Amino acid sequence: MSYHVNEKGYYGEFGGAYIPEMLYPNVEELRQQYLKITAEPSFQAEFDALLKDYVGRPTPLYFAERLSKQYKTKIYLKREDLCHTGAHKVNNTIGQILLAKRLGKNRIIAETGAGQHGVATATVCALMGLQCIVYMGEIDIERQAPNVARMKMLGAEVRPALSGSRTLKDATNEAIRDWINNPVDTYYIIGSVVGPHPYPDMVARFQSVISQEIKTQLLEKEGKENPDYVIACVGGGSNAAGAYYHFLDDEEVNIIAVEAAGLGVDSGESAATSVLGKVGVIHGSKTLLMQSKDGQITEPYSISAGLDYPGVGPMHAHLYASGRAQFISITDDQAMQWGLKLSNMEGIIPAIESAHAFAVLDEMKFKPEDVVVINLSGRGDKDLNTYIEYFKL
Amino acid sequence: MNRINQKLQADKKIFSIYFSAGYPNLNDTVQIIQDLEKNGVDMIEIGLPFSDPLADGPTIQASSTQALHNGMTTQVLFDQLKDIRKIVSIPLVIMGYFNPMLQYGLENFCKKCAEIGIDGLIIPDLPVDVYADEYKAIFEKYGIINVFLITPQTSDERIRFIDSVSNGFIYMVSSASVTGSQSGFGSTQEDYFKRIADMNLKNPQVIGFGINNAETFKQATRFAKGAIIGSAFVSHLTENGTTKIDEFVKEIL
Repeated sequence: MSYHVNEKGYYGEFGGAYIPEMLYPNVEELRQQYLKITAEPSFQAEFDALLKDYVGRPTPLYFAERLSKQYKTKIYLKREDLCHTGAHKVNNTIGQILLAKRLGKNRIIAETGAGQHGVATATVCALMGLQCIVYMGEIDIERQAPNVARMKMLGAEVRPALSGSRTLKDATNEAIRDWINNPVDTYYIIGSVVGPHPYPDMVARFQSVISQEIKTQLLEKEGKENPDYVIACVGGGSNAAGAYYHFLDDEEVNIIAVEAAGLGVDSGESAATSVLGKVGVIHGSKTLLMQSKDGQITEPYSISAGLDYPGVGPMHAHLYASGRAQFISITDDQAMQWGLKLSNMEGIIPAIESAHAFAVLDEMKFKPEDVVVINLSGRGDKDLNTYIEYFKL
Repeated sequence: MNRINQKLQADKKIFSIYFSAGYPNLNDTVQIIQDLEKNGVDMIEIGLPFSDPLADGPTIQASSTQALHNGMTTQVLFDQLKDIRKIVSIPLVIMGYFNPMLQYGLENFCKKCAEIGIDGLIIPDLPVDVYADEYKAIFEKYGIINVFLITPQTSDERIRFIDSVSNGFIYMVSSASVTGSQSGFGSTQEDYFKRIADMNLKNPQVIGFGINNAETFKQATRFAKGAIIGSAFVSHLTENGTTKIDEFVKEIL
């Protein structure tokens, strides 16, 4: 079985491009060009150079000694939190902005939830001198003031999404509408492995640098390329897609996907799509989706703004349905406690999204010789207010 | 013969109206359909509300959101329409997004439409390619016409493909936009209308998006078989409820 996208844009039964005709020319142009352009030596040279000198790659693969001792196994952290702008998101925005330039587009739009992808997009637009418009739910704008300020400093215009539930899914709707209204000069940088084909595959490829580096680094440290486990949190799923990518076909690598249970999967306040979702179509992709019996998309909940998306990328839906990946859901409280624990034990304050991945250590048993890689997808600076309120710091 | 094909054969321009089912009040649907027919509207697109209508602007999305709040669901709509063919004879089309239909089951959905007397569907986010590969047989089995959109950016080759797959009319989106965002047509649009008219497609074209008064209706129907008014009528419902529908229709015709 293949876990990669097929020529029609599907992962098993998931994926495709369920888009209004108005978007067809743009998405079709991208579909025809993305593999060709990203394979050009000049593209790869520019992409690699920016990842190295601007983003700060390769990010370290850090052996977490104290954690390893406590959990009696070998735990490595892939330090995406050390990327410029504070998370893995920038790997993708660098790739897509280079693609947009080669397609001759000069107006960039993006959606953002917590603001991390918005900041990463605003950053690369500043770098390239391109106009940048970021759609963000009105409610998220209130919740994530520091990231709104960052985007503004970087020269982006932040437009509030006022429709629907005024959060990430509505920001995505508004960005798609903008693209419908501006089909010629505009490029839409999607922030996760979601949306119509080719976006999920394209974003996964740009993020795949994560697993590529893990292989090289593990060979150096452990004398073998493959870990026994690779663990990552999944909202839409871009950091996870990057961390899994080069291990997908190596069945001896156990893939663990961590979703946000919110207040608990049965509480009605959750974002655990694999448990609560059914097959449906959202933002141009057939995938697992949280929805009413009637097919209306429901609003998810997680304390971490980066995980409260009502779907998962189609690659992850396929990994779930095929049994290739094991899905675990972690509550707000478990994740928050791990934010504190990682800070205390390793001197690293994680993003709350990433903290979810660590909680797997309490849920699963590992052998002493197991090599366990956890993708530390982002740093916790953006979450300080949430940590302060939660722990009365 | 399907009522849509019958209507399109008549030597007359088609005036079509869109509104969201269950708006302004849950049980207004049938009354609005009846009033529109009585006042001379030729065809009606009944909007099945969706939480995330990608191709719609703020006016229609707001009406859709309100309709959902009012309690509209796929089943409620079918229940409201179950006796519609006893009182209304013009073609009726359901316009809705793919996910609610997928959850109902597309075959069940088409079957139900056929039972009630719905003549066609418009599903903006079901691409023609997927339809042709996976769903065409179901539509044909139940005699439901599926209507596809084209835009000024659609290539001639793709328009020909859409024409070959269609068996009712082609929905011409007047400009690159979501619904309700244009007013008035310029020379760019006229060139596009003309270009399509000159392609001599087998399916007649009906223009939608950006038609909001007698003038734009006339401009559009100079080149096309008909025109659809959506957002402007939904705004009228917002302001007047189900009263004065006759005035709205007379204003256009």
